[in-house]
Amino acid sequence: MGKFILKRLALLPLVLFGVTALLFCVLQFLTPEMRASLYVRDPRQLSALDAVIEKYGLRKPVYVQYGLWLKQVAHGDLGYSETAKMPVADAVKAFFPATFELTLASFFPILLIGVYFGVLSAVHKDRWLDQLTRFVAVTGYSLPSFVLGLLLLMVFYGKWQLFPPGRYGLETDLLVHGDAFRHYTGLLTLDTLLNGDVAAFADVVKHLVLPAATLVYIDLALLLRITRSSMLEELGRDYVRTARAKGLPERTIVRRHALRNALIPIVTLSSLLFIGLLGGVVITETVFDFPGIGRWGVIAAQQLDIAGVLGSTLLAAGLFVLANMASDILYAVVDPRIRVE
Amino acid sequence: MSALRDAWRSLRRRPSSLLGLGLIAFFAAVALAAPVLAPTPAGTRDAYLIPQDGYSPDPVLPSRKHLFGTTEQQYDLYYGMVWGTRTAFKVALFVVLTSLLIGVVLGGAAGFYGGWIDEGLMRFTDIVLAFPDLVLAVVIVSVTRPGLFNVMVSVMLVSWPSYARLLRGDVLSIKERDFVAAARALGASDARILFRHIIPNCIYPVLVVASLSMGRIVITAAALSFLGLGAPVGYADWGQLISLSRNWILGASGSPFAYWHTLFIPGAAIFLFVLGWNLLGDGVRDILDPRQQGT
Repeated sequence: MGKFILKRLALLPLVLFGVTALLFCVLQFLTPEMRASLYVRDPRQLSALDAVIEKYGLRKPVYVQYGLWLKQVAHGDLGYSETAKMPVADAVKAFFPATFELTLASFFPILLIGVYFGVLSAVHKDRWLDQLTRFVAVTGYSLPSFVLGLLLLMVFYGKWQLFPPGRYGLETDLLVHGDAFRHYTGLLTLDTLLNGDVAAFADVVKHLVLPAATLVYIDLALLLRITRSSMLEELGRDYVRTARAKGLPERTIVRRHALRNALIPIVTLSSLLFIGLLGGVVITETVFDFPGIGRWGVIAAQQLDIAGVLGSTLLAAGLFVLANMASDILYAVVDPRIRVE
Repeated sequence: MSALRDAWRSLRRRPSSLLGLGLIAFFAAVALAAPVLAPTPAGTRDAYLIPQDGYSPDPVLPSRKHLFGTTEQQYDLYYGMVWGTRTAFKVALFVVLTSLLIGVVLGGAAGFYGGWIDEGLMRFTDIVLAFPDLVLAVVIVSVTRPGLFNVMVSVMLVSWPSYARLLRGDVLSIKERDFVAAARALGASDARILFRHIIPNCIYPVLVVASLSMGRIVITAAALSFLGLGAPVGYADWGQLISLSRNWILGASGSPFAYWHTLFIPGAAIFLFVLGWNLLGDGVRDILDPRQQGT
C-alpha cells in the first residue's frame, strides 16, 4: 500500500509539469508584452515591461521560457495575480477556504440524498418513487447551473430577500476583517461560532444556502443514477437470491449484502465529485458572486491574468491526481478482492 | 435497414425516449423553418443578428408585437430563440463530430500501435483530463479572442479525451482477435486494419458516450457564452440571452418578477434542448448496449 501511494504521488509532479507546459503552449498566442505581466510582482513594475521581457527571455522559444518559469517556481515564487491584487500563493490562501466551505456544504447532502434515494429507487424499480427519482435526476442533469442559480436568486433573493449572493453581508464583513476576529480555520461557519457570534454564523449560512442547493440539485443526478444501476445489478445476483431463500429480512439484504457490493462505482464517482467541487465550481461561484477558487480562476482566465490562471489550474490539477489516488485506495477498502499493486 | 427498424421499435417502447425524440424533432423543425417563423428584417447583413426595437435598456414584457417580449436593449426574444436554435444545433453537432474524430484517431492509434505512442498519447490525454475543463476552455477562448467559433473549438479541445480513453481500451482487446490477424495475413495496411476492421467493431460504446455527452456540450458552450466569451452581443445565442437577463432577475421595485421572461424563456429553451438530447441518449444507449437495459 505504501509503495502504491508513493508511486502515485510520483505521478503528481508529472501531471503538474504537463498541465503547466500545455498552458505555456496555449499562451504563445499572446504577445510577449502580455506574457511579461506574469513576472511582475508589483504593479509599479509594469512601466518597465521591456526590461522584464528581456530578463525572462519572452521572445525566446517556449521551452526556454518554461524552464525559466520553473526556476522561478522552484524558488517558491508563483507570481503576482493582477485580478486578485495579491501574490498567487496568498490568493489561493484567500479563496480556497470559501470553496472548501461550499464543497462541504454541498457534498454531504449530495452523498446522503444520492445514495439513499438511489437505493430506494432500485428497490422500488418502476414504482412511483423510482419514477420520481429518475425525473429529478434527468432534470438536474439537463438544467444548466447558471439557469437554476439565477432562478433561485430571482425567487429567494428578489422576491423574499431570504438568501443573498456573496459570502457574507456587510456587518459580517466588518466583523471578520476587524481586529478582534480570530481566524481559526478559514471556514467562516466554524470561525464565527468559535468567536461566539451567532448572528454572523446565521449570516454566513444564509449565503451558503443557494449555491449549495444549486450544486446539490445539479450534481445529484449522476450519483442517483450510478447508485440505482449498481444496486439493480447487485440485487439481481445469485447471492441475493440465496439470502432471500435463507429468509433474511429484506432490509438486511439491501443494506448488508447488496449495498456493500454496489459501493465501488459509488466511491469512485463521489471522490471525483468531491474533487470537482473542491477545484472550484466556476459557474455557480460566478452566478452567486461567491469568492472562491473557481470564480477567481475564470476571472483570471478572462482577463488573461496568467499567474492567476497558472495558480488556480495547478491547484485543480493537483487535486485531480490526489482524487484519483484516493479513489483507488478507497476501492481496496470497500472491496477486499482488489489488491492495490 | 432492419437495424433502423429495430432501433425505432425499441425507442417506441420507452415513453421517455419518445419524449426526447419529440423535443429534438421540434427544435430541428424550428431550426429548419427559422426564416419562415422569424423572417429577417430587410437590409440586415446577418440573419443571426437579433433585431432591436429602440434602444431603451429596460426589457419589455411579451406582447402581440413581441411574442416573447424583449430583453435588455430591446432585442426581440422570439427572434433570438428561433435563430438561437440553429446556433445551438450548429455548436452541438460541430463539437461532437470533431471531438469524436480526434478521440477516435488518437485513441485508435494509441491502442493499435501500443508502446511509446500509446504511452505518449495517453499521458497527454491524462493531462488534458486533469485540467478543470471550463478554465482551460476559457483560457483558450481568451487568448484566441472571444467568438462563437473559438468557443466551439475550445469545447472540442476539452471534450475529446474521454472518447480517446474509452476507444483505446476497446481497441486493445479487439486487436488481438483472429480476424485482425487474418486481415494482416492478407496484407492489409495498418490504416485499413484500424479503420475498416478494428474501429467498426468497437465504436458503439464511444457512440453511446457521445450521444449522452451531447447535452453536456451544449451546457458547456452556453456557459462560455454566459461568461461573455461567445458571440458578440445581439447574436442569436441562448447562453448569451441568459447572460443579458442577469441584470434583471431582481425585477423592479415592488414587483420582483417584472422581467421574469428575460430569464425564463431562454432558460426553458436550453433546458428542453438538453433534456431532449439526454432522454434520447438514454434510448440510444439501450439500443446499442442491451446489457445496460433498464438501468
